[in-house]
Amino acid sequence: MPSIVKPSVTHPAAAQNSRGLTQRDYEGAMSTLCAGCGHDSITAALVHALWELAIPPHMIAKLSGIGCSGKTTAYFARGAHGFNSAHGRMPPIATGASAANRDLTVIGISGDGDSLSIGLGHLGHLMRRNLRMLYVLENNGVYGLTKGQFSASADVGSTAKGGASNRLAPIDAMLLGLSAGATFLARSFSGDKEQLVPILKSALAHRGLAVVDVISPCVTFNDHEGSTKSYLFTRQHEVRVTETDFVPPEPAIEATIPENGAAWVVMHDGATVRFRSVPAGYDPTDRAAVTAYLQEALARGEVLTGLLYVDEAPPDLHETANSSREPLVSIPYERLCPGAAELSRVGAR
Amino acid sequence: MAVTLPGTEAGGAADGVAPRVNDFAVKLANVNGTGSSSANNLLMRAMFRMGVPVSGKNLFPSNIQGLPTWYEIRVNKTGFVARAREYDVMVAMNAQTYAADIREVRSGGFLLYDSSWPLDQLLVRNDVTYLGVPLARMVNEAFRGARERILMKNIAYAGALVAVLGIDMEIISDLLTERFAGKEKLRESNQRALRLGYDYALEHFECPIDCHVERMEKYDDLMLIDGNTAAALGCVYAGATVAAWYPITPSTSLMDAFTRFCERYRRDPETGRNDYLVVQAEDELASIGIVLGASWAGARAFTSTSGPGISLMNELLGMGYYAEIPAVIVDVQRVGPSTGMPTRTQQGDILACAYASHGDTKHILLFPCNPTECFELAVKAFDLAERFQTPVIMLSDLDIGMNDWVTPTLTWDDSYRPDRGRVLGADELEDISVFHRYDNEDADFVTPRTLPGVSEKGAYFTRGSGHTREGAYTETPDEYQAVVDRLAHKHRSAARAMPEPAIELREGARAGVVTVGGCDLAVREALQILEQRGIALDFLRVRGFPFGPAVEDFLDKHDLLFVVEQNRDAQLRSLLVLETPVPKDRLRSVLVYGGYPLSAADVVDSITAQLGA
Repeated sequence: MPSIVKPSVTHPAAAQNSRGLTQRDYEGAMSTLCAGCGHDSITAALVHALWELAIPPHMIAKLSGIGCSGKTTAYFARGAHGFNSAHGRMPPIATGASAANRDLTVIGISGDGDSLSIGLGHLGHLMRRNLRMLYVLENNGVYGLTKGQFSASADVGSTAKGGASNRLAPIDAMLLGLSAGATFLARSFSGDKEQLVPILKSALAHRGLAVVDVISPCVTFNDHEGSTKSYLFTRQHEVRVTETDFVPPEPAIEATIPENGAAWVVMHDGATVRFRSVPAGYDPTDRAAVTAYLQEALARGEVLTGLLYVDEAPPDLHETANSSREPLVSIPYERLCPGAAELSRVGAR
Repeated sequence: MAVTLPGTEAGGAADGVAPRVNDFAVKLANVNGTGSSSANNLLMRAMFRMGVPVSGKNLFPSNIQGLPTWYEIRVNKTGFVARAREYDVMVAMNAQTYAADIREVRSGGFLLYDSSWPLDQLLVRNDVTYLGVPLARMVNEAFRGARERILMKNIAYAGALVAVLGIDMEIISDLLTERFAGKEKLRESNQRALRLGYDYALEHFECPIDCHVERMEKYDDLMLIDGNTAAALGCVYAGATVAAWYPITPSTSLMDAFTRFCERYRRDPETGRNDYLVVQAEDELASIGIVLGASWAGARAFTSTSGPGISLMNELLGMGYYAEIPAVIVDVQRVGPSTGMPTRTQQGDILACAYASHGDTKHILLFPCNPTECFELAVKAFDLAERFQTPVIMLSDLDIGMNDWVTPTLTWDDSYRPDRGRVLGADELEDISVFHRYDNEDADFVTPRTLPGVSEKGAYFTRGSGHTREGAYTETPDEYQAVVDRLAHKHRSAARAMPEPAIELREGARAGVVTVGGCDLAVREALQILEQRGIALDFLRVRGFPFGPAVEDFLDKHDLLFVVEQNRDAQLRSLLVLETPVPKDRLRSVLVYGGYPLSAADVVDSITAQLGA
């Protein structure tokens, strides 16, 4: 099955960013995901965020693992190098790319199988390394490409399309991040572009690793009664759950999250998910308090959204390693080789 | 470059002849974790400084403290310093292994032991000369504190050996001064401990004994270095900037050395910032992933590992092969399968590396035989990886990697520039109408690549899934085969770029011997011994895979070939059968795989038996 090239006709009146590029310039190939897939909404939000930030497309490196999420890197930023790697292995490959060229805007797209099962170890250590990159976890609680097995983010008691009930505890990427030293943790919903775009923009401006866990319902295998990650009923039932403005790297974060409260989101099959925005006065910089707050919400059966935790103080991988400000790929060979004279000193008896 | 040490005379230890000056083997039995290895290393270095060809092999346990450990020193004036199987002098410092150690001394040999306590009469052999030195008693009188006494006892037996073996005391003193530069108190106590043993030996024994060292003319073109340090230097000189690794014996010292050299040579004096980045990864899956990511982005990147790491890297090695991403992997082989024997040496990863990963995959392999080649082939590995846009695995082993070798001095040509292969820059992309990643191959079936961060025109989508020449996803047979067939041609094409095999021909040779890596020295010594016994054999050591025409030609010209390697399953032999036209029945095996470095006697015995000679 060949990939589908999207026609690149641009409306003359299309809005341009500071680089003179339209949103079209940040799009990619035509999606081959199922119609209505939450992942496509995330792609659209990402296109919007990249366009607004006017990031030069060729400076983007977009990487993914395997699964439905892995395909989405083809669907945005056609002017960027893409890397659809192996299942769960995107974090190390992104680490290598960023190590070699720190000027790249590194974007990793992953799924719940990719991130929370086969690649869980890599995600945990990526958090510890605090690699400067945007890490989007397209979270639908199900293995789509292999036709509907539970993933590690499936809630206890949720049922698969065949009727089987999940009895294993879910892994929450946000709580994982809080314990593994992640410095930017946000959660959103694929259907809420108004919330998602500012979160993605904040994430792209973060000093280190920004993990954005996006609940993204699978229309084919996880969109039925009994699933706790099914799709929004209709646009008119959508409740905007929280809002995050773009956060530049340095200033305080607290002011950016308005009060909103909880909302039951009704799915078209009648199932509901209770989202709650973080309240006014919520302090996303206090790791211990955030951990407690997330655990309380979880106990109430609520999915907390918004910018949940941020810490701009810890150094990223390059800062920790004290590596050259100049990308390592740009350093001329002459500066890297100590030369024959030095080698003869190594050999001295 | 084939490595040839001076001289033509095969060693005496292998054929059991009486010991001579500058031709003997010493085995030191110790308890690990007591600091004995630095005393042993001191002795070996001193002999090297006297101009005497010497090797020191550390046979150590996978343990931190308390288990038996041995150090073997082979001295051979003609340069054949592969492991000996018989010992002229045994230094028995470990009560746990006393009985076995005493049995290993050859008849007429010497045994040095701690005579602070009486020796069990059952352990006394009439055909061995016993040299008792009251080490514990002397050290306890001269030093305070348990730790210092343990450490100084080692230096004291080294002192006794200096007298017994005729080692130059001035050289030892110089070495101690260098080692303890700026630590005067330590230097002084070491010197004092050394003197205790030395003076006792001079007073009580006829020194030196008949197997001893005498100064030789120094070889200016030889140095003392271990293979891991040399390989690390190769990576520095090749211009590697990104390294990723997971700690594993016996490769850890390679990355330690790389980091140390980078701290010395890669820190910008003005900014104080590093022109390198080393990531200690969460596992080997991540190590190879980081290397592929960095190479994809345009850096020279490498990882070092051992067999268990290669097993974990299989998945991404296949991706590197199929998506055509350069990578350099140094496999310092140890004994497998599974955890195996982590501190013992073997050549058991040849097949696992040649075909690492599922599906049709084939990799480029390099086989260094000593530290000098570790340095040279490490540089070559980066050039090949970038020229052929594929992972290159250099297979060293524990013996080469972790032991100090007397080896040809590392040299460097300052006119060297890296072969970065076919990489299109912004200007070149400007000149073409459209860029397709897997199209437009050259004579070696290599297609041009582009790097992220350069130009939108060079953007493409790298994938491990089925792809067309244009780089697009495919599930169509013809489109898939066009790419994988080109990869097969590319691998075959790389044969011409491999380092030439080392070859030694002998007049009237009846058969050929093919070997690989660290077997080199022992095999060449064995062939000299066999020649002295009237059995002339030709010699070839492969240095790379795919095999080039010189290897095929050698195989073709010999009706009978012995393949000497250190694994149970004759992996090199299998690879030769699979990848060259040589008829299977021409190849016989000499296999030594118990975990100790190969000795000439192993090869002599096996070939002699197989020839019915």
